[in-house]
Amino acid sequence: MNHEVFMAGFGGQGILLIGNLLAYAAIREGRNTSYFPAYGVEKRGGAATCTVVVADGEVGSPVIGNPGAAILLNPLSMEKYFGRVRSGGLCIVNSSLIEESGESRSDLRVLRLPLNELALEIGDARLLNMIAIGAYAELTGAVSLDALKAALADALPERNHRFIPLNVQAIDLGAAHARAALGAAA
Amino acid sequence: MSSALQQVFAHPVSLKDVQTHFCPGCQHGTIHRLVAEAMDQFGVQDRTIGVASVGCSVFLYGYFDIDVVEAPHGRAPAVATGVKRACPDKFVFTYQGDGDLAAIGTSEIIHAANRGEGMTVFFVNNTTYGMTGGQMAPTTLPSQKTSTSPYGRNVANDGYPIRMAELLAQLEGVAYSARVAVNTPKNVVQAGRVVKQAFETQIQGRGFSFVEVLSACPTNWGMDPLTANARVAEEMIPYFPLATFKDTSAA
Amino acid sequence: MQKRLLVKGNEAVAMGAIEAGCRFYFGYPITPQSDIPEYISREFPKVGGTFIQAESEIASINMLLGASACGKRAMTSSSSPGISLKQEGISYMAGSELPGLIVNIARSGPGLGGIDASQSDYFQAVKGGGHGGYHTIVLAPHSVQEMYDLTMLAFDLSDRYRVPAMLLGDSVLGQMKEALIPHPYVAPADLPAKDWAVSGKAGRAQRVVKSLYLGDGELEAHNWKLHRKYQEMRERETRCETAGLDDARLLVTAFGVTARIAKTAIRMAREEGLKVGLLRPITLFPFPDKAFADATARAKRVLCFELNTGQMVEDVRLSVSRDADVFFYGRPPGAGSLPTPEELLAQIRKHYKD
Repeated sequence: MNHEVFMAGFGGQGILLIGNLLAYAAIREGRNTSYFPAYGVEKRGGAATCTVVVADGEVGSPVIGNPGAAILLNPLSMEKYFGRVRSGGLCIVNSSLIEESGESRSDLRVLRLPLNELALEIGDARLLNMIAIGAYAELTGAVSLDALKAALADALPERNHRFIPLNVQAIDLGAAHARAALGAAA
Repeated sequence: MSSALQQVFAHPVSLKDVQTHFCPGCQHGTIHRLVAEAMDQFGVQDRTIGVASVGCSVFLYGYFDIDVVEAPHGRAPAVATGVKRACPDKFVFTYQGDGDLAAIGTSEIIHAANRGEGMTVFFVNNTTYGMTGGQMAPTTLPSQKTSTSPYGRNVANDGYPIRMAELLAQLEGVAYSARVAVNTPKNVVQAGRVVKQAFETQIQGRGFSFVEVLSACPTNWGMDPLTANARVAEEMIPYFPLATFKDTSAA
Repeated sequence: MQKRLLVKGNEAVAMGAIEAGCRFYFGYPITPQSDIPEYISREFPKVGGTFIQAESEIASINMLLGASACGKRAMTSSSSPGISLKQEGISYMAGSELPGLIVNIARSGPGLGGIDASQSDYFQAVKGGGHGGYHTIVLAPHSVQEMYDLTMLAFDLSDRYRVPAMLLGDSVLGQMKEALIPHPYVAPADLPAKDWAVSGKAGRAQRVVKSLYLGDGELEAHNWKLHRKYQEMRERETRCETAGLDDARLLVTAFGVTARIAKTAIRMAREEGLKVGLLRPITLFPFPDKAFADATARAKRVLCFELNTGQMVEDVRLSVSRDADVFFYGRPPGAGSLPTPEELLAQIRKHYKD
């Protein structure tokens, strides 16, 4: 099974970190993976995007025109990339920043989560990326939640390992919201 | 009696017994000999790696009986950096002319010196590009006529002759910097002393050493050798003073 | 189970170089390859290596020349504009028959261009790059694993033939992370001794490393000698990856990152029932011309896919069977210009004939 996910936001929202995390989790599960980051020329505050592919066989292209899933964290990303998600795919949208506009697609599963507010609930606004990746893993099964949590030790620099429990909490929160949304849809 | 005979003059062992391509009155031959004599005196011929540059000195390997690496124009200090870092126990030197060192290779010489690379640089300043036919060099004197400054070097257009020995002496990495000439027997003897000082600087591991040698180029100056020699004293030395500008062993 | 690491392409190059015994690195910072000098400057002190951040690309290639002349495994890395600056030194190394590794994590041009992935340095890499009519060995990895493996191979080939080697990557390969299985370097037993290296002439005759040949007939003889080495490499060292050649009606060819895009596009095409094969050159010089001739004896249509306006396609046209049709699809490099598998699939459909 191949999973491709495209993630986009602005610099500082932690897009590259969760892209890395997903790739490390895939490695931990013995899968093949590619993580391709792209970011603006500026060192801070520019656009940040990345594509992660998780595959059982050989990973082909590290870039995907119409990915099977997307995580979009800010309005600009929504504007640019929402239309590209493959029909039948999944899109996780940060509703804290992205207003429900006229744009909608009936051919996608769209999960709107108020990521900024949810992150504040567990005490740190910076955790919104972890909530998003927890929801993604839960909905797609690309990697297990356990692998994702274990990979925190790989993806976070040593000095931030003391925040691992908080990140685990955020991943679980994202997964819980994803399950709730699934239940509601069922 | 014969056992009391003492040899007082001989061909340096480090120099091959061959005829050079240098023009009559050219002083590269003298400078080659001074470097070879120092090599013999310190007994480093067998562990010397020379780095040849581009210009009249390009045939270094034809005259010195030592291992030689040829460098692109101006790049000898960078090549010698690679050599010295790869072979830190070898005696490593470059031998460069003024176009090579003070124009196209300015960046390489300044940074090798500034890093304090443990190499020795012999810089032959004859105020012209010799091999390419006497064009203006960075060291060409004001008003000096060359094939590309036919009306004389105009400093308003061409800038000023660079005094490399003084310039490099400013850098922390430089342990020894001096300028000599080989236009008189007295100056040749002094030049030999300075060359040996430079060798010693490297052998003692004190850092980068630099010897600028003022040299005549009768062919491109359009002079006979004696007139060319006189020009060294009358025109060059007043602009390029003979002195030791830095010597960390003296400190 | 083998150790699998998640590693960035640039770091895989540095890891491969250290594992292959390279202990001399000379470079100058430039995006998107600075991870290489950063990694090496961090790791070299632990293994007794010499790292110099040179004053320029020109100085760094000449430091490489010097260290290589002493018989040491040495490397530099840069990206397109910096590689242009190194061409003088590469020409001297080729003329002096010095091995050494030059890594080009290519960006887009011409001029300052941009930092996005590009294959617009193909001509520069495979046709010589500098003056004087020479070749460098050019290896084109298409994965992080190959960034590691081919770095080692580049040192071996370079030492064997005394020809400078280039690893030609791009900013996607340099920046992406993938699984890497590191493995110990094993030197080929038959690598020739470096009996030409300078070390001081103690106990032997003088050695000279040079590219200047002024004697009657010397330079001609030297050039024929270089030519024979290039011919020998053409005979013995071409490498490529092929897939689906048995039944392919259309062959897609691409190197480096575009080959990755092609693999996905080919998979999509096969799912539609189109018989499409892959021929991926791994050595760009020597170019795998016989592989193209053989493959196009059957598949008569070739689609060459590049991240430029058409460079490798010229070598493909020279290599294919006479009655084969060669098509080209490429995009000039730049921000937002990375083609997608879907885009290539449309081209495959366009040129496919059963």
